[in-house]
Amino acid sequence: MFPVYKREMRAYFTSPIGYIFMAVLLALSGGIFSLVNVWLFKTTDTTFYFIAMLCMSTVLIPLLTMKLFSEERKAKTEQILLTSPVSLFGIVFAKFAAAFTLFSVTFVFSCSVNFLTLSQIAKKTPVFSQYAGNILGVILIGAAFIAVGIFMSSLTENQLISAVTTFCVILVMLLLRVLADYVGNTLLRSVVKWFSVLDRFAYFTGGILSIPAIIYFISLSGVFLFLTARVYEARRWN
Amino acid sequence: MIELSGIVKKYGNLYAVNDISFKIGKGEIVGFLGPNGAGKSTTMNILTGYLSATSGTVKIDGIDILENPIKAKRRIGFLPEQPPLYLDMTVNEYLNFVYDLKHCTLNRKKHIAEICDVVKISDVSHRIIGHLSKGYRQRVGIAQALIGNPPVLIFDEPTVGLDPQQIIDIRELIHSLGQKHTVILSTHILSEVQAVCDRIIVINKGRLVADEKTADIGKAVKGAKKLSAKICGEPSKVCSVLENTEGVFRVECVKQSEYGSFEYIIDTDSGVCVEKPIFFALAKEALPIIEITNSQSSLEDVFISIVGENK
Repeated sequence: MFPVYKREMRAYFTSPIGYIFMAVLLALSGGIFSLVNVWLFKTTDTTFYFIAMLCMSTVLIPLLTMKLFSEERKAKTEQILLTSPVSLFGIVFAKFAAAFTLFSVTFVFSCSVNFLTLSQIAKKTPVFSQYAGNILGVILIGAAFIAVGIFMSSLTENQLISAVTTFCVILVMLLLRVLADYVGNTLLRSVVKWFSVLDRFAYFTGGILSIPAIIYFISLSGVFLFLTARVYEARRWN
Repeated sequence: MIELSGIVKKYGNLYAVNDISFKIGKGEIVGFLGPNGAGKSTTMNILTGYLSATSGTVKIDGIDILENPIKAKRRIGFLPEQPPLYLDMTVNEYLNFVYDLKHCTLNRKKHIAEICDVVKISDVSHRIIGHLSKGYRQRVGIAQALIGNPPVLIFDEPTVGLDPQQIIDIRELIHSLGQKHTVILSTHILSEVQAVCDRIIVINKGRLVADEKTADIGKAVKGAKKLSAKICGEPSKVCSVLENTEGVFRVECVKQSEYGSFEYIIDTDSGVCVEKPIFFALAKEALPIIEITNSQSSLEDVFISIVGENK
């Protein structure tokens, strides 16, 4: 499993993808935070910033995940992985871990810089637990979105299709909260709301470490990774 | 070493592989032969656990590949039809990656250097695979299969796209690998099989149609031995004399040749020496033989006749 992780990490930086991802994420994160929190409003309320980052992730995460399986399938390199003494889930998880590492490290780094900017330049220090909770929330949602992206990538050998479908699914997941209001049936509405990513993110924004929310995001990631392994298992039999 | 029994692979209603069974012993080099689309690659992919058979079992060294895939896969080195190379890595990085992937426990540096030496890629080991020529890529593909010294090597069309010198090199390599490993290679180039393999398995339309030792496969087909002769005299007379000679199945006059002779192709029984009776029969009729050569029926003829029979 570890060799696959190492190879994927390396591949991010031998191609422009890793650099583009980091550059865009850092620029957007720094830009939005400086503009809204430091310059315009001089506020420690970071809710807008974190929601904005979640919205940006709809575009950024497909960039990370689009090639993970589709490229291997197109170049037929998956054959070496699938005929090696490695478990299928190990391969899927290694790829997930690589994308997750790049995402979370970049994001945490950017947030730390933002924290320093706000406290040093604007002389306003946000509540640490709230700030950290927000970061944790975004990272957990990011993990779920990455799992979605990996699943989409395993379905096609075209990177563009993989990226666009990931974008759409992530967007719908984010908009469930809004969509729920248009559902007439009360039972159905509560079901849709239960799945809403933003509703659960609200706990973190408030600085509450909600265990059910954490479990929800981890299981969401687990389900999509499991489905990815099933896609490969099924392909072997058909 | 390798045991396939009753392998069936269905795609919808189409049988890609239909009831193939064979056993391959230790140290054998087996050629897997068949026209395009016969099911060679599918069978190899099933052998390596890349695909699963609809029914039937594959055992590598007694280990069922479905029940214990990780253990079984550890015993296999596989070169697929298209070498699974990451074009952004250097040869060295790639081989190290494969070394890790296979949980190899041999001395890393020494083992990789040895393999690079054997397949002659030491001089390109620091180059990026994407920049290498097809021949070198193919060799990196072979190197990848050799990592970890697996007892079973499976090569899917190992010489495709190589130049004649490289083909000879790779054949020699495979031949030498056969001393330590069990090798299966698929190809539709018949001379390759003749040059390298001890045993030939022919499949056509997903079915196993022949499984013979390379030396014996010619005998499997009637009229397998072929003579080519230049004989002076009236063709009709020559033909009638030859046809009445024992051991001759068929005579065909091909074209006129030098010194007023004609060239003939003579299909004969492969088990007996027919040259002698031919000589005496023609001498009796005063029909001089200018030249007679044993154009031993090539594997091509055998192949076409085996595959043709099964149409």
